Amino acid sequence: MPASTVNTKAAPRPAARRGPPLAWVGWVFLILLALVTVIYIGSKAWSNPILFLQNFLDGLKLGFVYALIALGYTMVYGIVKLINFAHGDVFMVGAFTSFYAVSRFNLHQWPLALFPGINPGLSIVIGSLTVVLLSMGVCVILAVTIERVAYKPLRDAPRIAALITAIGVSFFLEFFGALPFVFSGRFIPYKSPFPTTAWYIQDGIHPIVSGTASPDNTISFSNIFLIIAAASILVQILLQFIVKRTKVGIAMRAASYDKSTARLMGINVDQIISFTFAIGAAFAGLGGVLYAVAYSSIWTQLGILPGLKAFVAAVLGGIGSIPGAFVGALIMGQAESLTMSYISTPMRDAVAFTILIIVLLVKPTGLFGEPAQEKA
Amino acid sequence: MELGYLAGTIVKMVALIAWIYGLLWGLGRKKLWQKALTVVLAFVVIQAVILAKLGGVALFSAFDQTLLYQAITMAMVALGLNLIYGFNGQFSLAQWGFYGIGAYCAADITYRWTNGDASGLVIVGFGVILGGLAILGVGKFLKRKRGVPVLSSFTFYLFAIVAAGLVAVWLGKAVSTALAPGFGTAEAPGPLASPMALQAVFFLSVIFAGAFAALVSFIFGLPVLSLGSDYFGIATLGFAIIVKTLLVNSDTILPFPEMKGGRGMLGIPKILASMAPGDEPGIAGFFKNWTPAWLWAFVFLILVLVIVRNFVRSSTGRATLAVREDEIAARAMGIDVAGNKLLTFVVGSFVAGIGGAIYAHYMGFLTPSSFDFIAGFNPLIIVVFGGLGSMTGTIAASFGWIFFLEGFLRVLLGQLGTDAPSWRFVLYPIALLLLMLVRPQGLLGTVEWGFFRAEGFGARLKEAIAGPPGQKPKMAGE
Repeated sequence: MPASTVNTKAAPRPAARRGPPLAWVGWVFLILLALVTVIYIGSKAWSNPILFLQNFLDGLKLGFVYALIALGYTMVYGIVKLINFAHGDVFMVGAFTSFYAVSRFNLHQWPLALFPGINPGLSIVIGSLTVVLLSMGVCVILAVTIERVAYKPLRDAPRIAALITAIGVSFFLEFFGALPFVFSGRFIPYKSPFPTTAWYIQDGIHPIVSGTASPDNTISFSNIFLIIAAASILVQILLQFIVKRTKVGIAMRAASYDKSTARLMGINVDQIISFTFAIGAAFAGLGGVLYAVAYSSIWTQLGILPGLKAFVAAVLGGIGSIPGAFVGALIMGQAESLTMSYISTPMRDAVAFTILIIVLLVKPTGLFGEPAQEKA
Repeated sequence: MELGYLAGTIVKMVALIAWIYGLLWGLGRKKLWQKALTVVLAFVVIQAVILAKLGGVALFSAFDQTLLYQAITMAMVALGLNLIYGFNGQFSLAQWGFYGIGAYCAADITYRWTNGDASGLVIVGFGVILGGLAILGVGKFLKRKRGVPVLSSFTFYLFAIVAAGLVAVWLGKAVSTALAPGFGTAEAPGPLASPMALQAVFFLSVIFAGAFAALVSFIFGLPVLSLGSDYFGIATLGFAIIVKTLLVNSDTILPFPEMKGGRGMLGIPKILASMAPGDEPGIAGFFKNWTPAWLWAFVFLILVLVIVRNFVRSSTGRATLAVREDEIAARAMGIDVAGNKLLTFVVGSFVAGIGGAIYAHYMGFLTPSSFDFIAGFNPLIIVVFGGLGSMTGTIAASFGWIFFLEGFLRVLLGQLGTDAPSWRFVLYPIALLLLMLVRPQGLLGTVEWGFFRAEGFGARLKEAIAGPPGQKPKMAGE
């Protein structure tokens, strides 16, 4: 009998310490906020589902481009814990490289110029691929140079010093590019290396005759959207393969987990870091070309906001996680597209950062992120 | 190239930097009368230089005056940022946003006032007072329950501030309609439309603009400061971008048609613009049209210097440094780490808001593109150049930045050719990169000098900020 009385007395103790006080207030606030957003957007979607689907497609397009940029951010942050601000400007350089290749040097027509008898369709495919590969190559060279010149000497310096350096590199690229003899500071109309075709869906898929608008209440999409989606998904698969299956990938993961131990295991960490920058830059170059083709106007500060949003996407998905970056980028694309069409176009940037703050407060590791390891 | 002009520019700039250091040295004297004398002398010297004319040509051209104002506002913004980043180790890019908020807030108050509408002043005044009271009340309530999560306390503060804002708008509208007859008509201006009243309103508007920026920084900083250094940097960058977006759409998204959105806000009373009086001869002629333009700028400069310095040299300031060096150790010493970060952020933003208000009333024209987040990297670069955790260095870097880069380099590059000025933005990042590679703790490290090292107004602190001056400087965020 005395034992049971002790038990009943002891029982309320754990109940009295129920975590932090008033935690429910914050949750109720967040849930209410989410409910209001969902109900608002849901009612709009219900009243015009076609428009909603069109926005959804636009958001996907944006999200796939963000995914290409976010990969570079997430890999670099995963391995050197540096927000590589210059990544967005590498993306811009990729867009400009392809612009010069196409507009000045007609590089996209080289198969037709060399072999006049070639199938024009094949010529466009090969030519466009050459342009993309050239941009990727230029971006890789640029990123590796930046890494070697600016970041490598600061590897043991405080992280903030490296971050400021990254900002400096980013500014240098933007304003050096804006000099009149480099890229010029104006908006430049971008000429696509391949012809655009669009379709609309209304009892089947019909092509849109160029120069005319798609009929009302239909969803339209173009080959650019298909190419962006395909490229983005392919890159994801390729990167998953590289990181999970190849020796370099294993070395990358080892270096991101613990650099000094990786060095003891015979991994050349500096080379691996350069390789990480190179892969990220290659995808950023691809993203730059596709972004320029899709939005058809480029300037030297083109990379800032997509870069920042891609970084937010990487954080949202869990920084260091490659599938996380993909999912985060798709969510960011949707958030931006829905904000643009249902709330207010100028506030599209605000939404990205609001999402960042909320995600970091609620789940600091992001959706797919691993909890931070305690290091001695 | 006109070498004479260039040499003259250099001499003027060196003289101005010597002036600010003389001011700091004098303020660092022990006796109160020495400090007072320094302040008066420092004021009189510049005022005399502004008034002086050599053979009919003003010694101090309008361009030089612009540079002086830019240097003063930049010193305010950068001092605030140094408080947040240099002394507390929080990498903030939001400073430029608070600068913009302060500028637009103060400009709106005086703009409405000159148009016979007291609502700006009254609403913002009630807003900052009620908002401050709401924050204090909620803070008292939350302090009783230990360990409330950030999200919940944010919710409480947000609702309290929104409620206070609504009450302020309601009260302010009532009071401003009651005050409306005081302005009189265009033919018979009332007592509120007098120039004296405008000067008083200007003073209040600067203080209120700072307080408003501080209020915004409180509600923004509360959730964001808990994120950790890198994420905090990105979130504050986002804040600066959002502020600019809102300013561009201030007439559509925000209910302020007089701000005219991206077209820019015209018609702000240029209270600080006419530093030199009219051309009438004689001493009486000088003072006939004299306006307290330079006096205001000087008063607010001294105010900001004293606020920042006394904050850093107080026990709160020492706690701030402890938080920068090691958060866990600081917590073990009984320092409220989150509260300390928030307080530093709020004080830094307050100073930035004051700087913005000064800027607005000097320029008389505001456009959102001046508050672009790219320009917001300037104070950051200044703080890094001057040394993280060195107020002396920040002042030197702000004045040096404005005079040599904005002034001298612009003059020099302007003479080299039309394309050359765009090189400035190529040279800044290179300088920043070199500095980061060669001397990451900034040019002056944590060295302090003059006023910033000496015993302050009645302060009984004997120890200098971070120990003896010979100590190895340490970088923030390590």
